[in-house]
Amino acid sequence: MQRALGEGIGSSVPRLEDDRYLRGKGEFIADIRLPGMRDLAFVRSPVAHARIRAVCKPPGAETMVFVAGDLAVQPIVAVSGLSGFKPSVQPVLAQDKVRHVGEAIAVCVAHSRAAAEDLAASVDVEFDELPAVVDMRAALTSETRLHEHWANNVFLETFVDVASERFERPAPIVVRRRLRTARQCMSPLEGRGVVATWDRRLEQLLVYSSTQIPHIVRTGLAGCLGLDHGRIRVVAPDVGGGFGYKGVLLPEEVCAAWLARKLGHPVRWIEDRREQLTGNANCREHDYDITVHAETDGALIGIDAVAVVDAGAYSAYPFSACLEAAQVASILPGPYVMPAYRCRTFSAATNKPPILPYRGVARSGVCFALEVTLDAVARQAGLEPHEVRLRNLVPTDAMPFDNITAKHFDSGDYPECLRRVVKAIDIPAVRRRQAEMIGSLRIGVGCTIFCEQGAHGTSVYAGWGIPMVPGFEQAVARMTPDGGLELRVGIQSHGQGLETTLAQVAHEVLGVPIGKIRVVHGDTALTPYSTGTWGSRCMVMAGGAVGTACRELAGRIAGIGAHLLQAPVEAVHVHGGMVTGPAGSVPIEEVARTWYLRPQDLPNNAASGGLEVTAGYKTERDSGTFSYAAHAAVVSVDTELGDIRILDYAICEDGGTLVNPMIVDGQVIGGTAQGIGTALYEEMPYDHAGQPLGSTLADYLLPGATEVPEPRIEHMQTPSPLSMFGQKGIGEGGAIGPPAALANAVNDALAPLGVELTELPITPRRVVAALLARAEK
Amino acid sequence: MKAAPFEYERPASLTEAISLLTVEAGTARVLAGGQSLGPMLNLRLAQPRLLVHVDRLPELVGVAADADTVTLGACVTHAAIADGRVPDIGGNVLARVADDIAYRAVRNRGTIGGSLCHADPAADWVTVLTALGAIAVLQGPGGARTVPVAEFVQGAFRTALMPGEILRAVRIPRLPDDARWGYVKACRKPGDFAHAMAAVLLFARTRRVVIGALGSMPLLLEREAASIGGVTRALETLDGLDHVQRHMQVTTARRALAEAGA
Repeated sequence: MQRALGEGIGSSVPRLEDDRYLRGKGEFIADIRLPGMRDLAFVRSPVAHARIRAVCKPPGAETMVFVAGDLAVQPIVAVSGLSGFKPSVQPVLAQDKVRHVGEAIAVCVAHSRAAAEDLAASVDVEFDELPAVVDMRAALTSETRLHEHWANNVFLETFVDVASERFERPAPIVVRRRLRTARQCMSPLEGRGVVATWDRRLEQLLVYSSTQIPHIVRTGLAGCLGLDHGRIRVVAPDVGGGFGYKGVLLPEEVCAAWLARKLGHPVRWIEDRREQLTGNANCREHDYDITVHAETDGALIGIDAVAVVDAGAYSAYPFSACLEAAQVASILPGPYVMPAYRCRTFSAATNKPPILPYRGVARSGVCFALEVTLDAVARQAGLEPHEVRLRNLVPTDAMPFDNITAKHFDSGDYPECLRRVVKAIDIPAVRRRQAEMIGSLRIGVGCTIFCEQGAHGTSVYAGWGIPMVPGFEQAVARMTPDGGLELRVGIQSHGQGLETTLAQVAHEVLGVPIGKIRVVHGDTALTPYSTGTWGSRCMVMAGGAVGTACRELAGRIAGIGAHLLQAPVEAVHVHGGMVTGPAGSVPIEEVARTWYLRPQDLPNNAASGGLEVTAGYKTERDSGTFSYAAHAAVVSVDTELGDIRILDYAICEDGGTLVNPMIVDGQVIGGTAQGIGTALYEEMPYDHAGQPLGSTLADYLLPGATEVPEPRIEHMQTPSPLSMFGQKGIGEGGAIGPPAALANAVNDALAPLGVELTELPITPRRVVAALLARAEK
Repeated sequence: MKAAPFEYERPASLTEAISLLTVEAGTARVLAGGQSLGPMLNLRLAQPRLLVHVDRLPELVGVAADADTVTLGACVTHAAIADGRVPDIGGNVLARVADDIAYRAVRNRGTIGGSLCHADPAADWVTVLTALGAIAVLQGPGGARTVPVAEFVQGAFRTALMPGEILRAVRIPRLPDDARWGYVKACRKPGDFAHAMAAVLLFARTRRVVIGALGSMPLLLEREAASIGGVTRALETLDGLDHVQRHMQVTTARRALAEAGA
């Protein structure tokens, strides 16, 4: 489809929000100052598992320190409707028991954060320590129970079996691997934070929160506080990155909201890096026992796997404790065709902070587990890894395709995507260089291909039965009297550039210049209800809603324009900012001016709806758009010190119709940086007592400018048949591929030495340990 | 986190600083560039009653050089050294080391003396100044004294400083023309703490290998012991290292020796 680019869909217009961000003029949660505001600091558990015998407030500070018994709030409970799921009860402040280091026990109020911390340090808590359940596999059979009335430490067990009798017959190639991914901490530049105040005039709680999901936070707060929704307004100001960490209702939010009403003055809690790292932002930790059965030529017979996800102590609201493990079972087959599949998953409860959704939920671990094992299959078959993949990818002419777990791949050319990245990375050149390598430095090349489900809707989440089910995504499109446009959406933009891309969608429909389009988001008082920003859904869902609302608005504009043109409404159309009829045209500005400022020019029987439309949107079917990508990397490995350098990184990505290709590149690059963190750097280890061993960014390493190469990105654009403009969700793919691509590249480099890495992150220490272990054999 | 309450003084002279430290012995900390103490304060790992900020004391920011030595005031920053704003001891060794310390922002404020007094086992200067045979010049209530850096650092975060004493300067011998130098550290990324580190200095009859980042004081090996065999033997008898750490330390030592042309 040929498009006039301009400012519409397909144009890489600069981001409208960047002017304030780049000049340091954004307003983030910690920039908000309210008269009389006090700071909060939490007393947090120093132990992983214990009964609380007593919490003693410092004398004289009784009115400034609050414990569980002081609060009149309900605990956070995130259920799942999946059969056998055991919901946990997450207290806002721990009362009888603590279940992870960093769990909040008391909250202290003071005129500064430092003074609140002084208070917190003087609160005395007496514990009876219990054995800590730390390892997820040990948790499955441990006699120690996190939640006393449970029969075991398992939130949920799932089982999928399709033709597993095939695994009884001996296959030419059977490769079994044990793989692990580390517990990570999501690290947006800005941590969590909340400012809460009670508005006496409106009798309403006003909660500013650094959140991706203001409407869901309101629903959650209403439940915990026992308040009507109408008594709560949640505002997300500028949000400095989320990645899933801000798609969760935190006990701290409930606590601050309750205190603001109780105390009658504003309170705030600004999370610090230590709280984020040791008590809150946990994600990712997986363990796989995976066996791949294949024919001699690498054709897949099937995957047989047991996966455990360390879900931590509580089921986080609203996504629940089984978000990761339940997805593992359904997405492990990846973009491949196979006749047999069996997968059992466990969401293990451990004495660690609750596992939270992180960009590429479950997929980075799944992709790593399957793709590393497929490379082992390729080595056994004596084939290049990409040849094995090409043999098994969903064929182009089979699209749309329902895979073995009933995932509906909507469109695309998976083999072509892989071929392009293989060409870009130039595998033959790497093979030639490898043949010439001498000394301790080796190079390797690795690739991966995966798909990314985005914008999946009602039936998917209703099937999971979690507290949050997306329905029609709504948008308000409202003309202003000067012919500008306000778009009100319930999602929240915190780096995705939606203030720009949604304006581009509206421009595509109406022709209003994007400089005159304001996107209003992140405020429950101003926007329609929405589940918010998560799951790579906004460009598809909010984009579709804006498109729908603008099309309806175009009809309203046409009605008034037709009157001004003295033409029948059927004879006019709205395009490029004009209403055009058979004998002339009138600018949209004139239409707006007429409706708002000169209603006397309208006939008495003019349509009363005016120039404000609320419209809802769903995709053609709610199984989600499937973008997909292939990543390929060349690395060098220092076989003495274990250092890994990324020498080249190539990506071919198909996100359907790209609304703003520059922003898509930004999403891919940012995700890739995080994926490199997962692959090589990020790890929050715990000791046997459940103590986190990192508490600063000196212990918890994030990739930085010197570790992240500039990836070469190529795009394919196969429109989705399900979305309004053919767009697909692409927010997470960048983070999914790097662990698999980099692990495969490292393993390719080390294959001649008989060494294979199967645990993330691949640190110098793990590389050297593996090499030394091999040398000892 | 925020620091626990503390008092703050910025004395005008070294004498005043020493008297503040003497009066407040045990409850005062010297603040130089604050690149380690700052985070420790904020994490409440350090909770001194008094901070004595010495970074602008004239006695501590000066630089002097004679035929045999270069003396750097304790509060000379890593950046000043990296930028060549202090005399070279030879081979541009100090500038090359300084330029690879953490990030520029840290180098701008962090000081050579602060780093030495903090005595983090993974710090560059602890290992490098030991290898260079530098002398720590201390000033205390009882006057001045000198201690070789090799003896000044007594363990992880432990030094020879007595109550009330301040590190005033480090005196570093100039390198002869035939000196050969090697310095290799293994970090997971720039600015990260090193997990293995070796410095090598060879000239005339001097042979010195120093292994750092051992979790305690650096290991100084001289003469025949300053060889890869000597390093391997010394590390075998050292507690607290597993086989992976030992392998990495031996590797950095081998590479530092190779860099020095040994």
